[in-house]
Amino acid sequence: MKTRDLAYVALFAAITAVLGLVPAIQVGPVPITAQTLGVMLAGSVLGARRGFLALLLFLVLVAVGLPLLASGSGGLSVFAGPSGGYLYSWPIGAFVVGLITELSWSRYNLGWALLANVVGGIVVVYAIGIPFLALYGDIPLAAAFTGSFAFLPGDAVKAVVASLVAVQVRRAYPVIERPRRAAASQ
Amino acid sequence: MTLALYVPTGSPVHRAPAGAKLLTLVAVSVVVFAVPTLPVVGGVLAAVVLVGLGVARLPPALLGRQVRAVLWWLVALAIVTGVVGGVAGAALVVLRLLALVLAAAVVTATTRVTELVAVVEWLCSPLRVFGVRPARIGLLIAMTLRFIPLVAERAERIREAQAARGGTVRGIRAWTTTAVPLLVQVLQMAHTTAEALDARGADDDAPPARPPSRGRR
Amino acid sequence: MGHSYGARTVLADLTVRLTERRVGVVGANGSGKSTFARLLNGLVVPTEGTVTVDSLDTRTATRAVRRRVGFVFQDPDAQIVHPTVAEDVAFGLENMGVAPAERAERVAEVLTRYGLAGHADHPAHLLSGGQKQLLALAGVLVMRPARIVLDEPTTLLDLLNARRVALLVAELEQSVVVVTHDLPLLEGFDRVLVFDTGRLVADDSPAAAIAAYRSLMAGRP
Ligand SMILES: Nc1ncnc2c1ncn2[C@@H]1O[C@H](COP(=O)(O)OP(=O)(O)OP(=O)(O)O)[C@@H](O)[C@H]1O
Ligand SMILES: [Mg+2]
Repeated sequence: MKTRDLAYVALFAAITAVLGLVPAIQVGPVPITAQTLGVMLAGSVLGARRGFLALLLFLVLVAVGLPLLASGSGGLSVFAGPSGGYLYSWPIGAFVVGLITELSWSRYNLGWALLANVVGGIVVVYAIGIPFLALYGDIPLAAAFTGSFAFLPGDAVKAVVASLVAVQVRRAYPVIERPRRAAASQ
Repeated sequence: MTLALYVPTGSPVHRAPAGAKLLTLVAVSVVVFAVPTLPVVGGVLAAVVLVGLGVARLPPALLGRQVRAVLWWLVALAIVTGVVGGVAGAALVVLRLLALVLAAAVVTATTRVTELVAVVEWLCSPLRVFGVRPARIGLLIAMTLRFIPLVAERAERIREAQAARGGTVRGIRAWTTTAVPLLVQVLQMAHTTAEALDARGADDDAPPARPPSRGRR
Repeated sequence: MGHSYGARTVLADLTVRLTERRVGVVGANGSGKSTFARLLNGLVVPTEGTVTVDSLDTRTATRAVRRRVGFVFQDPDAQIVHPTVAEDVAFGLENMGVAPAERAERVAEVLTRYGLAGHADHPAHLLSGGQKQLLALAGVLVMRPARIVLDEPTTLLDLLNARRVALLVAELEQSVVVVTHDLPLLEGFDRVLVFDTGRLVADDSPAAAIAAYRSLMAGRP
């Protein structure tokens, strides 16, 4: 991996941390935070591999004790809590967003961006977070599923924002196709 | 590095190797799920509290804070499981959550960030598959901590500049009009940072990075 | 030698041989100065022709060239990555594989020279703009490169700090290439290159080159 890729990975870990500073809206037990926007943007801008690593790095920083989550929490206990599954899903979600983005890169538009962000940033995150919660709390999957619907409006808005942003950033500073272009010009 | 969550008391728990503590944490989480009976889960919780307060001499307020952070979850889970599985089921879930969260809190509070980073580097060795050299983890962490204030500061500057020109400050449009220039700026900055690091020899032990030349001369 | 980014050619038909100890580079925004500077230490390899430093080709001996040629960027914020001043200065030495004891010694020496000794353990991002630029310079000089390229080292600085950097540059034993819009900085230089839209249009003593640059700019609407 080139130093530049490391810098991009670190950058999106940092961006996810900064998104945690945006005040969260509390819905029941769960704060709706802007941080999953970091998942979507990392995948959309960096692609699968670097997006995955960015979110993994972010979680590592949380795990070693930096209070970077939206609630100002951190440390290993958040991974041992009932919402840990959502955290584990982040790197995978970013990977899936990135994968769909890369595959559609040549004809990438708002539609593809929305597909990538909804599948990777919402479906994958729920598909891991909800069963984890059900297993953890010993509650029926259906109950955990219903409860998680509180997040849906917020997540839908985030997917729209991430997609609008991703399409424009692709035009202004395309990171995903950059390596290929640079290789061709040298 | 800010060690917000590390509480030095010099106890034997603090001196225990980080790897051993993390392994114990894994063992605790396996046990409380594998043997879901009240005596076992309750016993584990009691042991965790004993180690945290008695042996590691952590301030009770610290553990209290961790409990408060998951209080809402506790209540919600207790209600849902109470309806489905009765009082015994609810108690089991609540005790399990407390045991896990507190055990993790004890490990975090008794282990320095640098020690945990060393374990992380070791755990990351399989990531070579992705082309990550474990030795680069320290650099990655340093860069991230450096970028956090920079990104926050530039976001603020962009918001100010747009507000000064009468831009919107709310809603989806405000998000995109801030995020796009911000991302372009910080991507550019990250690129320059990488160049500056390379100029100081950051990629010295990397395999040759340049593709073969296609120059016309 | 020439260089293009994609389809856009930003430097064309350039042949120069730099032997002087103090070389300045001036020109309008976007004329290719930074690209020229990056070419000198292998951050960018030319798409046409070759760049050699002490007979090392930047394309094939990139690492050796980078070790030989220090590079200071315009934006110090982008160059500082480590949490404290001393750690950041030590970064390049770590990459060179310098032993910890010698590392500490060299870091302390450089910090003292640049008046940053009192800040060794301070968070690097809390330094003032001028101090950050000094730190960026220290981080490069501690590696004792044989040559140094500076891309607009004084642009973000106030008059006092700009003069400090100018004095430091004047004191350097190494041979130096400075890209700048700060014309007084070039006083006492041996040679100044003037770029315009990717071409070398003047190459002379500072006085003559700056006069050529002024008349070039004066002729523009
Ligand atoms: N990485 C890049 N990709 C594509 N184009 C680039 C890149 N870097 C620079 N350019 C273009 O190359 C041209 C020369 O840029 P360069 O940075 O060398 O100019 P400069 O003389 O240093 O300008 P300034 O005085 O503003 O710093 C510009 O038109 C710029 O847009
Ligand atoms: Mg420039």
